[in-house]
This record gives sequence, structure tokens and C-alpha cells, in this order.
Amino acid sequence: MDASLHFDCLVRLADDHMILGHRLSEWCGHAPMLEEDLALPNIALDLLGQARILYDHAGKIEGKGRNEDQLAYLRLERDYRNLLLCERPIGDFGHTVLRQFYFASFMGLYWSECQNSNDQILREVAAKAIKECAYHIRHTGEWVIRLGDGTDESHQRMQNAVADLAPYVGEMFHMDETSQQGASAGLIPDVSKLAATWHAQVAPVLAEATLETIEVKPILGGRSGQHGEEMGFLLTDLQFMQRTFPNMTW
Amino acid sequence: MNDQQEIPLWEVFIRPRNGLAHRHCGSLHAADATMALQAARDVYTRRGEGQSIWVVPSMQITASDPTQKGENFEAQEDKIYRHPTFYEVPDEVGHM
Repeated sequence: MDASLHFDCLVRLADDHMILGHRLSEWCGHAPMLEEDLALPNIALDLLGQARILYDHAGKIEGKGRNEDQLAYLRLERDYRNLLLCERPIGDFGHTVLRQFYFASFMGLYWSECQNSNDQILREVAAKAIKECAYHIRHTGEWVIRLGDGTDESHQRMQNAVADLAPYVGEMFHMDETSQQGASAGLIPDVSKLAATWHAQVAPVLAEATLETIEVKPILGGRSGQHGEEMGFLLTDLQFMQRTFPNMTW
Repeated sequence: MNDQQEIPLWEVFIRPRNGLAHRHCGSLHAADATMALQAARDVYTRRGEGQSIWVVPSMQITASDPTQKGENFEAQEDKIYRHPTFYEVPDEVGHM
């Protein structure tokens, strides 16, 4: 397989996990209750753990001597290829759990398909991530139900979150040239084939949460490096340490 | 923090390994039993402490009255013969 295609496919996946992991980490010390103050960073750490292995692997495939830190911290904004869903601001707690529920439900299917990948590292990450993901789906799904079917205010906030995130759902299942080639090469799943199952899994949870589903035309761009304005602020925060103290380690 | 007061308190019991008893390890707030189990997993088993979790509504626990401490517990203090320390344990028994 072409190394640059292999690299691109891995970095997309790593970016999804690191950027969303970073967003979740913003809750650390700010969650509405102590229990969630631990639960959300726990999920963030799962995502960052997955991202680290993927960046490390991508760096070796690329063969230009870039390590995980250089890939994670020292690229320019346009070089990040994460889904726009992952970079959206955290919003309120309901917004955060709904986004996480959407993404975890997607990744649950994605990792499951990745068990057939011809990349051994990807199969190994999948084996670990499937269990982590199952918990993320359960935890965030339970919150979606309780907040959606909760008080008038929590219901309204969840319904707002459904509307806010609706344009970013479609990008998860969008196939561009890189994803076509990656899927044809047997590296990554064909995400367009995951859409129906995803909707079938998410719909009953939203229904139980008494939330109305909204379908709108998807906004694309993350996979080609075209990000929302919030991304620059996120990267400033994320990259500050490596840019101020180059090559620092913990 | 008035909202917090409306969220029930739960007591958490963790069994560290198969064959051991569940032990009380702390408490937490959660809206219901499902969420309490998840919170217990996140709060108390982050470092691989558990094989099994129980959660019990704190409301359901009946506690002894601290003012009855004397009649409940002090009467035992001079009954050292209730401790099985007067037996000689044969070596073959090993650790007890």
C-alpha cells in the first residue's frame, strides 16, 4: 500500500481522537458534579491513549522521523484532518454528552470493522478500543436519556444540542478519495456502510429521551483541513507547551 | 449547589478479587441505580481496584445510634475471653 495513503488514513483517525479528547479534557475541574469530573476525563484519556498509538504508528509509516509529539503538537491547522464534529466547542454538559454519544456510537461500529483491517496495529488498537467505546456509548447514552426525558430545561437544552450537532453527523459517513482508497486497500472500513446501523442504534436512544431527530445537509471540511474558527483557539491551547518549550517531555 | 442535594446519595462496595467480600469504599451522588454503578466505576475503579461493584441507596442503611455507643460496645471491652487467643494452633493448620 502507498505509504502516504496509509499515513493519511491513520492521521485522520488519530486527529479525531486527540481533538475530541482535548475538548473533553476542558471539563476537567468544571464538570457539573464530581462524579462526571472523573468520568469525562476518563473518557478523554481513553481517546488520547488511542490517538497516541495511532500517531506513533503513522510516524513510522511515514518514515520521516516524526514522532507522536511532533504529529500531535507541531502541525499547522490545515494539516489536521479531524471530523468537524470532534472540534466543536463543548457547549453545555448536554451538548458534550450528545456529541460523545454520537462519536462513540460511530467508533463502536468503526472499530468493530477494523478487526478485519490488514494493518496489525489498527487491529490491536481496535481490540482495546472496542471495550472502551462500549462504555462510552453506555455512559453517554444513559445521560442523553435522562437529560432529554428530564426537566423542561434539560429537555430543551438537549433538543438544542440535537439541532446544533445535526450538520456535523453526515461527515462521519462521507467518503472522499482518501477514504475510498483506504477502504479499497483493506485498511479502514467503508464508513458510508456504517450509516444505517448508526442511525438504527442512535434513534431508539433519542426516542427514549423524547428528542426529535433532525436531518440537515451535512457540513464537510474537516477531512480536507478546512476547520471552523474555534479550531485555531483549540490548537493554540493544545500546542502552546511544545511551541514554547520545544521537545519538552513530561 | 441546591441541585446536588436533590441527587440521591449512594454507598459503594467494591470486591477487589474473586473470593473476597465486597467492601465499602465510599459514596457518591447519582440520579438512579444505573448511573450510580457507572459513577462508581469511574470514581472508584480507575486503577483496577475492582472485579464487581455494588451500590446501595444511602437512605436504605439503618445505622446504630452514636449515643448508644456505651451500651452497645463498651460492655465487650473486659470480655477478652471472647478472643480466640487462648488456643494453641497446630503448625499444620498454617496461616489463620
